[in-house]
Amino acid sequence: MTLLEIQDLHVGVDSREIIRGLDLMVNAGEVHAIMGPNGSGKSTLSHVIAGKPGYEVTGGQILFRGEDLLEMEPNERAAKGVFLAFQYPVEIPGVTTMNFLRTALNAQRKARGRGELSTPEFLKKVREVAGSLNITRDMLKRGVNVGFSGGEKKRNEVLQMALFEPSLCILDEIDSGLDIDALRIVASGINGLRSPERTMIVITHYQRLLHYIVPDYVHVMSKGRVVKSGGKELALELEACGYAQFETAA
Amino acid sequence: MVAVQETVEHVRRIDVDQYRYGFETLIESDKAPKGLSEDTVRFISAKKNEPAWMLEWRLEAYRRWLTMTEPTWARVDYRKIDYQDIYYYAAPKPKKTLSSIDEIDPEILKTYEKLGIPLREVAILEGVEPPPGGEQAPNRKIAVDAVFDSVSVATTFQKELKAAGVIFMPISEAIREHPELVQKYLGTVVPTSDNYFATLNSAVFSDGSFVYVPPGVRCPMELSTYFRINERNTGQFERTLIIADKGSYVSYLEGCTAPQRDENQLHAAVVELVTLDDAEIKYSTVQNWYPGNSEGKGGIYNFVTKRGDCRGKNSKISWTQVETGSAITWKYPSCILRGDNSSGEFYSIAISNGFQQVDSGTKMIHLGKNTSSRIISKGIAAGKSQNTYRGLVSAHRKATGARNYTACDSLLIGDKCGAHTVPYVEAKNSSATFEHEATTSKISEDVLFYCLQRGLSEQQAIGLVVNGFAKDVLQKLPMEFAAEAQKLISISLEGSVG
Amino acid sequence: MKQVLAKADAGSATSNFLAAALERLPGAGLVPHIRARAFEAYERAGLPHRRMEAWRYTDLRALISEVLPLAPRPDAAALARAKASARRVAVDQAVKLVLVDGIFAPELSDLGELENELHVQSLREVLENSATGAMAGLVLSTTDDAVISLNAAMASDGLVISIAEGNTIRRPIQIVQVATGSSVSAFTRSYLQLDKGAHATVVQSFISAEGASGYQANDVLIALAGDEASLSHLRIAADAADAVNISSGIIAVGTRAKLDLFSMTCSGSINRYQGFVTLGGEGSKLSANGVNLIKDKLHADTTIVVDHAVPHCTSRQKFRAVVDDCGRSVFQGRIVVRPVAQKTVASLSTRALLLSDQAEADNKPELEISADNVTCSHGATSGALDGNLVFYLRARGLSDKDAQMLLIKAFIGESIEEIFADNLRDFVTAQAEHWLQERL
Repeated sequence: MTLLEIQDLHVGVDSREIIRGLDLMVNAGEVHAIMGPNGSGKSTLSHVIAGKPGYEVTGGQILFRGEDLLEMEPNERAAKGVFLAFQYPVEIPGVTTMNFLRTALNAQRKARGRGELSTPEFLKKVREVAGSLNITRDMLKRGVNVGFSGGEKKRNEVLQMALFEPSLCILDEIDSGLDIDALRIVASGINGLRSPERTMIVITHYQRLLHYIVPDYVHVMSKGRVVKSGGKELALELEACGYAQFETAA
Repeated sequence: MVAVQETVEHVRRIDVDQYRYGFETLIESDKAPKGLSEDTVRFISAKKNEPAWMLEWRLEAYRRWLTMTEPTWARVDYRKIDYQDIYYYAAPKPKKTLSSIDEIDPEILKTYEKLGIPLREVAILEGVEPPPGGEQAPNRKIAVDAVFDSVSVATTFQKELKAAGVIFMPISEAIREHPELVQKYLGTVVPTSDNYFATLNSAVFSDGSFVYVPPGVRCPMELSTYFRINERNTGQFERTLIIADKGSYVSYLEGCTAPQRDENQLHAAVVELVTLDDAEIKYSTVQNWYPGNSEGKGGIYNFVTKRGDCRGKNSKISWTQVETGSAITWKYPSCILRGDNSSGEFYSIAISNGFQQVDSGTKMIHLGKNTSSRIISKGIAAGKSQNTYRGLVSAHRKATGARNYTACDSLLIGDKCGAHTVPYVEAKNSSATFEHEATTSKISEDVLFYCLQRGLSEQQAIGLVVNGFAKDVLQKLPMEFAAEAQKLISISLEGSVG
Repeated sequence: MKQVLAKADAGSATSNFLAAALERLPGAGLVPHIRARAFEAYERAGLPHRRMEAWRYTDLRALISEVLPLAPRPDAAALARAKASARRVAVDQAVKLVLVDGIFAPELSDLGELENELHVQSLREVLENSATGAMAGLVLSTTDDAVISLNAAMASDGLVISIAEGNTIRRPIQIVQVATGSSVSAFTRSYLQLDKGAHATVVQSFISAEGASGYQANDVLIALAGDEASLSHLRIAADAADAVNISSGIIAVGTRAKLDLFSMTCSGSINRYQGFVTLGGEGSKLSANGVNLIKDKLHADTTIVVDHAVPHCTSRQKFRAVVDDCGRSVFQGRIVVRPVAQKTVASLSTRALLLSDQAEADNKPELEISADNVTCSHGATSGALDGNLVFYLRARGLSDKDAQMLLIKAFIGESIEEIFADNLRDFVTAQAEHWLQERL
C-alpha cells in the first residue's frame, strides 16, 4: 500500500527554486535511501515533508495515506506518524529530556485518540529504549540535547523515534558527525525499529551509512529532482563512480 | 494543588477570556462608604476594634499621604486613579462570630475551592510532580490564612501552630491580641512615610497576615495566605508582617486572584519582614490578579511595597515571585542587609501578555559587613505588553566584603512587546564585589519547529520552552507552588502567538 | 533677542550674565534666533540635577552650582602658553587644529598641511557667513539635554570639517582644546561630516596650559558618518585637576557605515562624556569603548546611549574604570532597540576596579528592547584587585607595584585593544601608563 506519494513537487526559498518537479512513491514497510551531492535538495525535501516554515511550495503535492500533508500543521503531521530525525537537533535549556519526551508522547497519543501513559508505564518504556541506546539516566535528566555530544544527540533522536512509534521515519544525515562506534549504535537502534508497519527514508551523502542500514531502494537526487532510482546496488555504483555522472543528467 | 487541575478545567469551560479565576462570588458584603477621608480611616479602625494608638498611627499616615504625589518614574502608563471612587473597606457580612471553618459562608469556601486552595485542613497533597530528580515528596501541611476583599476569613491549623509557639493570625487580631509585638515591628521596615502607595496602605489597610516565630523554632509547616478581591470598585490594602526571631525559620506562601471586571481595581499592599540573628524567612508569591481583557480593559493595578530587614547577624531573607497577573505591576521586593553576614535573595519570573505592564525588580541594600545577595530575574514579554526589570544593588561605605550576583534574562514572544532592563549598581567601597549580567532573546524558530515536529502544539511548545527558561526560579518555589506556577505560566501565555 | 534678555532678567544672576554674553557671540541671519531659542530651553530646565534620570549620578547643580563667565579672547601670551601645552599631547603624524579658550587659533594649527580632500572651516566663519546660513541650524542642533542647549546658545567657536564622497584622510585629525584661563568657561562646538564612503580619524584632546585652573569646558561634537563611511573618534580629557569638562557627542551612522568611538578621562575634577549614537542605516556597526582613570576627587561620568533605529546593526561596547583615592566613577549605558530594528546584535560590558576604600563606582547599564529577533546583552562588575592574582604574581617574583601594574594594565587593556589604529592605541596606552606610573 502506498504510504507517501510525492507528485511533481516544486519548492522555493527566498524565490530561489530548490526542488524542481520531484516525484517519489514509498510503500509501507520499505526502506528508501535518498542520496545526492550537497545542495541537491535532500534536506529541503525532508523539511518540507515535516512542514518546516520558511519554504514555499509552488507546485505539486504530497499525499500521506492519501491525505494532503501540505495542508497540515507540523504537529498534526507528527501525530499522523511523520517523524523527522534532525541533522542538527536543537538544544532546549531548562526542559529536561524526560519532561520533553513525556509531553510530546502524550500530545501525540492524545491526537491519536489514545489515553496518556501512566508514569510507571512511561518510565518503563523510556528506560527500556534508553538502555538499548546507551542513554544514561543522567542524560534524561539534562535539558534536551544541552551539553550532548554529536553522537548523544543522534541517539536521542533514535530514542524519540522508538518512543513515538511513527509510521514514516525520515532520517536526515543521521550519520553526520558520528564516529564509527557511534554510527554502529545508532544504526542498530534504527534497524531494531524496522517493521512492516514502518517506512524509512534515509537521507545521506555518503554510502557508508547504507552498509549499516541496508535500503530496499536507492534514489539519486540532483538539482532538485530524483534523477535515478534503483535497488541497493545503485549505492555501490555511486560509491565507485561518484555523483558527477548525474550532475549533467539533471 | 488538589483542586488546581479541576479548577482550571472548570474555569476553562466558563471563561471566554484567558483569565481562569475571573468568576465572581455572590455574597452579601459590608462596605465602608465610597471615597477616602479621615472618616474612612476611623471607620476601618472602628470596624476592627482597634486600640487608640493604631488609629493615631493610621491618621498620621493619612495626613502625610495627603501631602505626597503619585510616583511617575516607573515605566508604566495608566489612567489616573480616582482615589475617591474606591471602596476602602468591604467585608463579607458575618452571620455571627465564627468558631470553626465550617461556619464560613459556603459561597466563600466554594470560591477558595475553585481557586484550588486547601482551606479545609487538607494535609495530604496529591498529584504534585516530584521535583526534578527528586523522590516523591513526603506529605506536607500548609496553614492558610485567606483574605477575602478586606478581611481575613479563615486561618487554618491554628492549634498545631500554637503548640509550636508560632503566632499566625489576621493582623487585625494581632493588633488586639499581641499589641506589644505589632507596635514593636509595624512600620519599622516600611515606614508610614516610605512611598505614596505604602503610606496609603498604612492609613487604610484592613487586614492581612501576622506571623511571629519565636526564637529557635522551625515553623512546622508552610504558612500561606490567599488574597482575593471580589467586590466591585474595591481596593485591597492588605498588610503583612512577619517576624522571625533569633534562630527561627519560616516559609510563607502568598497567592492572589480577582474576578474579571471592566474597571481597574487598586491593590496597594505592604509586606514587612524582619529576621533577627540567625533567622530565615522564605517568602514566595504567585500573583495572578486579573490582567484585563484582550483589549486591555480592566485589570488590577498592583502597587506593592515588599521589604525585608535582615536585622540580625547571619540572617537571611529570600523572595521568590511568579508574577503573571495584573494590568499594572509596580513591585520591588527588597532586602536591607543590615546584620553582618546576612544574605538576601530575589528570584523572579514576570510574565506579561496582552496589554499588561510590569515594572518589577528588587533592591539589595548592603549595610552590614560580609553581606551577600543574589538576584535571578526572568522576564517574559508577549502580546503588546511591556516588561521592565528595575533593580538596585548598593553597598555602603561600611559594608565591607559585600557581594552580589545578578542575572536578568528576558524573552520576547512576538514583535509588539518590549523587554527592558534597568539595573543600578552602586559600590561605595572597594571590597564590594558586584557582578551583573543581562540577556535578551527570543524563542528560536528552530526550537519551535523541533517541538512541533515531535507533536506538540505551538502553545504547548511555548509553555514548555518558557518553563525551561524560567526553571532556575521555579526550582526555588516550594513544591506545591511550583506545579501550580508551571501551569499558570502556560495559561498566561495563551494567545501570545498566531 | 531683546525679549530674551528681558525674560532672562527675571531669572537668576547667572542667567542674566549668560544672556548678556549672547551679544558678543558670532552669528548672522538666523543664528541669534537659534541661540535665543536654545537659551530659553536651557533656562526652562536649568542645570541638570540628580532627579533627572540621565543625570542621576552627576548632579551638576550640586557639583558646580553655577556657570562661570565666558573666557576672554586669548591674547598673545595665552596663545604662547597654549602652544607649549599643545605640543606635549600631539599625536604622531596628526593634522593639528587648536582651539584656545574656545576660540580657533589658526596660528597654532597645521592649516598649511591639509590634504585636498579635507575641508576645514572655523565655526565662527560658518555662523557669520550668511551664505552658509542653512548650516547654522544643523551645526547648532540641540536635544532635550540642557547642557547641549546651553552649548548651542553659547558656543564661541569650533571646527566644521567635511570630507567628500569616497575620500580617505590618511593622517589623523587632532583637535586640541586648550584652556589657559582661571574661573572662566569655554563653549565649543564642532561639526564633522563624512560623505558616502569617506574615511577619517578624529582625535579630540582636552588639556590645560600651565597655570590654568578652575575652568569649565562645555563641548559638543555633531558628526554624520554617511553610507559606507568609516569614522574613528577618540576623545581624551586631561584637564587641570580642578577643572570641569562636559562633552557631548551626537553621532549618526549611515548604511553599512562604521563608527569606532573611544573616550578616556585621566584628570580633572568633574568630567562627563555623553555620547548619543544613532545607528540609522542598515548594516551599520558601532564599536564604543573607553577607559576612565580616576584619582583624587575626580568624578568621571561616561554616559552612552545607542539607538538601534533600523534592522541589522551591530554595537559592541567595553568600558573600564580604575578608581583610586576618593574618586567616583559613573557609567551609564543605554541600548535602545526600536520595534523595527530586527536582527540587532548589541553587547555592553562595563567594569570598575576600585583601588581605595573611599573609591566609588556607579554602573547603570540599560536595555530597552522592542524587537524580538535580537541578541542583546550587558554585563557590569565592580570590585577590588583580586588578591589571589596579586599574590600569584608576587610568588613569581614581581614586586607588589609591578604586580598591580600588570593587572591594571591588563584590565584597561581589554578596552584599549579595541582601538583599531596602531599609533592611536600606542598613544592611549602611553597616556594610561603615565597615569599608572604617577599613581603607584
